[in-house]
Amino acid sequence: MRITQGCFSFLPDLSDAQITAQVEYCLENGWAIGVEYTDDPHPRNTYWDMWGNPMFDLRDAKGVMMELDACRAAHPDAYIRLNAFDDTRGVESVKMSFIVNRPSEEPTIHMQRTDFEGRTQKYAWDVRR
Amino acid sequence: MDDTTTIPPATVDLAARYEASGVAEVLRELDAELIGLEPVKTRIRETAALLLVDRARRDLGLVQETPTLHMSFTGNPGTGKTTVAQKMAGLLHRLGYVRKGHLVSVTRDDLVGQYIGHTAPKTREVLKKAMGGVLFIDEAYYLYKPDNERDYGQEAIEILLQVMENNRDDLVVIMAGYADRMDTFFAANPGFRSRIAHHIEFPDYSDGELMRIAEQMMAAQSYRLDDGAKAALAEYVELRRKQPHFANARSLRNALDRARLRQANRLFSESSGPLTAEALSTIQEPDIRASRVFRGGLDVDRPRQQGETP
Amino acid sequence: MNELSNPQEITDKKKRYAAGVLKYAQMGYWDGDYEPKDTDVLALFRITPQEGVDPIEAAAAVAGESSTATWTVVWTDRLTACDSYRAKAYKVEPVPGTPGQYFCYVAYDLILFEEGSIANLTASIIGNVFSFKPLKAARLEDMRFPVAYVKTYKGPPTGLIVERERLDKFGKPLLGATTKPKLGLSGKNYGRVVYEGLKGGLDFMKDDENINSQPFMHWRDRFLYCMEAVNHATAVTGEVKGHYLNITAGTMEEMYRRAEFAKQLGSVIVMVDLIIGWTAIQSISEWCRQNDMILHMHRAGHGTYTRQKSHGISFRVIAKWLRLAGVDHLHCGTAVGKLEGDPLTVQGYYNVCRETRNEVDLPRGIFFEQDWGDIKKVMPVASGGIHAGQMHQLIDLFGDDVVLQFGGGTIGHPMGIQAGATANRVALEAMVLARNEGRDIRNEGPEILREAAKWCKPLEAALETWGNITFNYTPTDTSDFVPTATPAM
Repeated sequence: MRITQGCFSFLPDLSDAQITAQVEYCLENGWAIGVEYTDDPHPRNTYWDMWGNPMFDLRDAKGVMMELDACRAAHPDAYIRLNAFDDTRGVESVKMSFIVNRPSEEPTIHMQRTDFEGRTQKYAWDVRR
Repeated sequence: MDDTTTIPPATVDLAARYEASGVAEVLRELDAELIGLEPVKTRIRETAALLLVDRARRDLGLVQETPTLHMSFTGNPGTGKTTVAQKMAGLLHRLGYVRKGHLVSVTRDDLVGQYIGHTAPKTREVLKKAMGGVLFIDEAYYLYKPDNERDYGQEAIEILLQVMENNRDDLVVIMAGYADRMDTFFAANPGFRSRIAHHIEFPDYSDGELMRIAEQMMAAQSYRLDDGAKAALAEYVELRRKQPHFANARSLRNALDRARLRQANRLFSESSGPLTAEALSTIQEPDIRASRVFRGGLDVDRPRQQGETP
Repeated sequence: MNELSNPQEITDKKKRYAAGVLKYAQMGYWDGDYEPKDTDVLALFRITPQEGVDPIEAAAAVAGESSTATWTVVWTDRLTACDSYRAKAYKVEPVPGTPGQYFCYVAYDLILFEEGSIANLTASIIGNVFSFKPLKAARLEDMRFPVAYVKTYKGPPTGLIVERERLDKFGKPLLGATTKPKLGLSGKNYGRVVYEGLKGGLDFMKDDENINSQPFMHWRDRFLYCMEAVNHATAVTGEVKGHYLNITAGTMEEMYRRAEFAKQLGSVIVMVDLIIGWTAIQSISEWCRQNDMILHMHRAGHGTYTRQKSHGISFRVIAKWLRLAGVDHLHCGTAVGKLEGDPLTVQGYYNVCRETRNEVDLPRGIFFEQDWGDIKKVMPVASGGIHAGQMHQLIDLFGDDVVLQFGGGTIGHPMGIQAGATANRVALEAMVLARNEGRDIRNEGPEILREAAKWCKPLEAALETWGNITFNYTPTDTSDFVPTATPAM
């Protein structure tokens, strides 16, 4: 099952040249870029593992691509995403986020319904391989 | 994508490319802003020509490889190496050899850590910031400490070598320092020697050049030297050059900073009435002569700390 | 054009407070030399005085009637510091190119307003001046609130930044669709539409403004089926999804009941209509703040007073009031779709919602600087007659922080609802990708869409079906400062 989190999940997987172009866009906007990875694409899994701190003050996408390559080498079968952070007052949050690596075989998300009151349900999800 | 763009052109117009690149502008700036340094300027002009031709050859499909562009700048302190590196970054950017053209200037402390596992991230951090531009490593030989086998500098050297080889499209490294120490450094680290294609030597400034630099520095701050001060400064340069730690233009700048301080003190103690603009902006002979260099002492040219008065 | 007069306030107390009728300007509601204070509330009215009525006297009347005046002199004024309570009309100028209309600027002292109450604010500003006989028509064009007043409101309960964090969606507009047909579907059938749209790639589905609890579908039924659809779609996509559950009802008690149920079912968002009224909006906003709920505002009914340029209230003022009152989503128009809106004027509404500070921007209808005092930002919603073929125009006009809602453009897709949703999502992502790569989407947009349609069948079908649909009518509510037109395809 293709997880469709992030900015470009409905497009074919981005090539490194395409990723580089997006990173350049982020750098032009003055955003810092973080590389994050996880095995658990649960929709409420907010904190993926950080591959180092977000990178500040870069001028060129190559620096990010080096870290992405290193992260891919270490976690070839993980989800990896790039997050762009904007420190502008009134934003101070993630400005862009997109998946740049997926496991060869993606897991499924199982939904558990539990009867609650009347016909209402409590819903829970867990990632299954 | 337009298919026709993949067919190489049959001819190139070098003059047109030279104009279009904006290289001429950088070379003009170099001439205008830097006094002397003729051999350096010549080498840079040659390098620019070589790179322009190389680019043309690649566009005609004659060669594929990105040439090695890493450089060493050797010479005494204060001979304009950092300034020229800045210009070089602009030049390489205009010629299309680096994407962004910024200069990241570092020394050993920026690359080498204090404990195990600290150096690699530090070096990588610097390299990431330098990507797309020029990495200028001042006094590069401090990376290598032959008397200490376990020095963390070695780790930085290995990462640098790797990046200089694998990321030739992404950044240019310029290593700078005293000529003799750089020679020793390269002898002990042949990896660097083989990866550095351009060696540029920065000669010391002549006395005459230093005097012109002094006048330029003063004019930039709206000061002038009167004839007595000029004569005294010429004598100062002669004496200072013979002392240790002579740092060319940097020594001169420090001497002039001190002279301005003395001028201010002199104006305070001497003047009783209103002062003219002329008086406020003229450095006189005593302002120079008070230097201890004239009494066999040494003016220290260490970089001033923030807030410290000269 | 009438010559502007230069009336003077009567300063002699004996004459001023003698029983009888004075002109408003003479009573002190006009002061051409007045310098507005940083703490004043400012309002700009467009007025059309009756034949023969001096525009300055008309402006003074507006200031008077929206603050302390009545039609005659009252001695009880003298028991108060009445001069400071009098609103001051301080500038009157003819509307460019529109004979008979005048822009009139009025300043109100901060003391005139109760803190944190839009009801109180509007009771003053639009309380009775709009029916005033000496004016043929009046329209409230813009307002400026001092930061001191802004800070008496809590503003949006969530705000667009936190909304994105909660949804884990960044870097591109959100996508939504209104469930159609808006009336008649049973709860079970209704939820089917929601599931299909969300699974196909939308972030949100939406109740329409008039779906409440009618005989064909009880509200609890709708909530249950919609949340089954939302949660199921989340499971099959791995994305946080939502459905704006419309909790609009006849009483606050019933609205709270519905809101509580939505919360119990795990919905991230609830919705109300503008017609519930200002106090109800502020109350439900407070509930949303207490319950971590995003509040979607459907501006049902606003066209009755925002559309005509000569009379009513500009939507930019409504947007300002709603940002203070505290909503997270606000329908602001599409410029290219089926509903009223000239592009620059609509961009002005978006800026009111999203900027930390509005600068004066006359072409976009922003007459005053407005410092929002770090109050949260509202996510604007573009909804009504838009389709995938307009994606480049929408992104070019509105940027990333907007919800684009394609109702018919999703549900009416020839290959089905999922395909309709996918077409919109692919069009959106392809366009954002291209824009970020530096392509000129305004001009290359159609080409970018065609490129994506080569590998995305649903997008190809969408472009074939709607590619040539435009709504090119002349907007009524346009800027007075630039020539405008609805953009053509």
